[in-house]
Amino acid sequence: MLQYAYYPGCSLEHTASPYDKSIRAVFKALDIGLREIDDWNCCGATMYMSVKKIVGYAISARNLALAQSMDMQVCAPCSSCYTILRKTNRHIAWDPRERAKINEALSAAGLTYDTLVKVRHPLDILVNDLGVGVIKSKVTRSLRGLRVAPYYGCQIVRPHGYFDDVDEPVSMDKLMSTIGAEVVPYPCKVRCCGGMLMTTKEDVALDLNMKLLQAAADTEADVIATACPLCQMNLEAYQDKINQTYGRKFKVPVVYFSHLLGAALGISSEDMGLDKLLIEPVKLCGLMKGAAV
Amino acid sequence: MSGKTGSLQPKEAELRAAFWEQVGSFPEGFKIKRCLQCGTCTGTCPVSYAMDLTPRQVIALFRAGRTEEILKSRTVWLCASCYSCTVRCPSDIRVTDTMYALKRIAMAKGIYPGRFPVHTLSRSFVNNVYRYGRNYELGLGVRYFARTGIRRLFSNATLGWSMIRRGRMGLIPRKLKRVNDVQAIIKKANEFGEG
Repeated sequence: MLQYAYYPGCSLEHTASPYDKSIRAVFKALDIGLREIDDWNCCGATMYMSVKKIVGYAISARNLALAQSMDMQVCAPCSSCYTILRKTNRHIAWDPRERAKINEALSAAGLTYDTLVKVRHPLDILVNDLGVGVIKSKVTRSLRGLRVAPYYGCQIVRPHGYFDDVDEPVSMDKLMSTIGAEVVPYPCKVRCCGGMLMTTKEDVALDLNMKLLQAAADTEADVIATACPLCQMNLEAYQDKINQTYGRKFKVPVVYFSHLLGAALGISSEDMGLDKLLIEPVKLCGLMKGAAV
Repeated sequence: MSGKTGSLQPKEAELRAAFWEQVGSFPEGFKIKRCLQCGTCTGTCPVSYAMDLTPRQVIALFRAGRTEEILKSRTVWLCASCYSCTVRCPSDIRVTDTMYALKRIAMAKGIYPGRFPVHTLSRSFVNNVYRYGRNYELGLGVRYFARTGIRRLFSNATLGWSMIRRGRMGLIPRKLKRVNDVQAIIKKANEFGEG
């Protein structure tokens, strides 16, 4: 049985709780073990990197040190956490002096980190460890007719493209076709949503998200599928504001890719937090009420 | 590292030294020296249109010995960390990491753009993590808006409320069981000087 140390990250506790719920539910349905890292802390996100890098890496490494004692690879669904944890490993591997400093800091909490623990994104785990064949065999409800715009955002594939192409990623596309959904040719797959700019420079972030929504509307997508808490939040929660600002009438549901997978696996809306979304994915909910395959 | 500082003003010499120290503190940072000024970073950047200095100009100004101008521009604080420039640069320059390096220099030297207090968000975030061990989203947002433009606090109130109603916004910060451990790590790591 596949088993991973689960690192939800701060967003998945609150704003992205539907992501957390759906990942846990989907992994359970697919018999993939997830053991939450006990008492994990913030990864430092992009913010710590702007203040003091070594401190950011040290607190990020605390999570990796805890995972090391579990002897499992880490599953990190939040794109930002995923990138930061990966960067921490890369930094430690790069310079033995930095590794020593980080370990000295960790020793203040009685921890050491020496074996680099591999950090994985759930998309990578599902497509490359489990494989779409297994998923297909467990589908109980086809999502035929649902038009999905796969939106990967930035930090899963960039900067290093560890498991997918930096310009034209396909792992989510593969998953979506496996469950019978129709993947639209979405031109903004890896375009930036602005991330924290929605807080710090709203006009720019609204503009970026308007373009992402417009492209989804142009391809007549029924839903945008995301894999990142910030992308989901910016596209969904600010859609009203975008409509007001630009005189549009978008009503594009923005789900997590794991919601679509969960729907195909027969998981209920409540069990995967689909009911917590602000814009109801009407077509998806219609399909979920329909007969099983 | 940078060689001669020649006729540079003392402040510029100090900023340049900090820059070289910072770009030396992450993998492949020194590749910045290979910049061809081709502008691919600017072309691929989704927010360069809103920057007062483009990413290419940032590198050019550094070479021209005008580092303070870079730190006084909004550019580094507008970088959304999307890494488009990093994957497209034909010289393999770690442009995004360099933007982070510049943010850290700005923080350490206290040089910021006027009327654009984005750095305070990073500062509040860091304080949050120290206190709770995790990021407290609601507190962070409210505090930032309250400090930088109280009007936005109200314009985003409806949105906040709809998130709270759906249980997607925690009202009370959750503290780690072993927050002392995190604080001990932070204290220790803070002893390592800048970088």
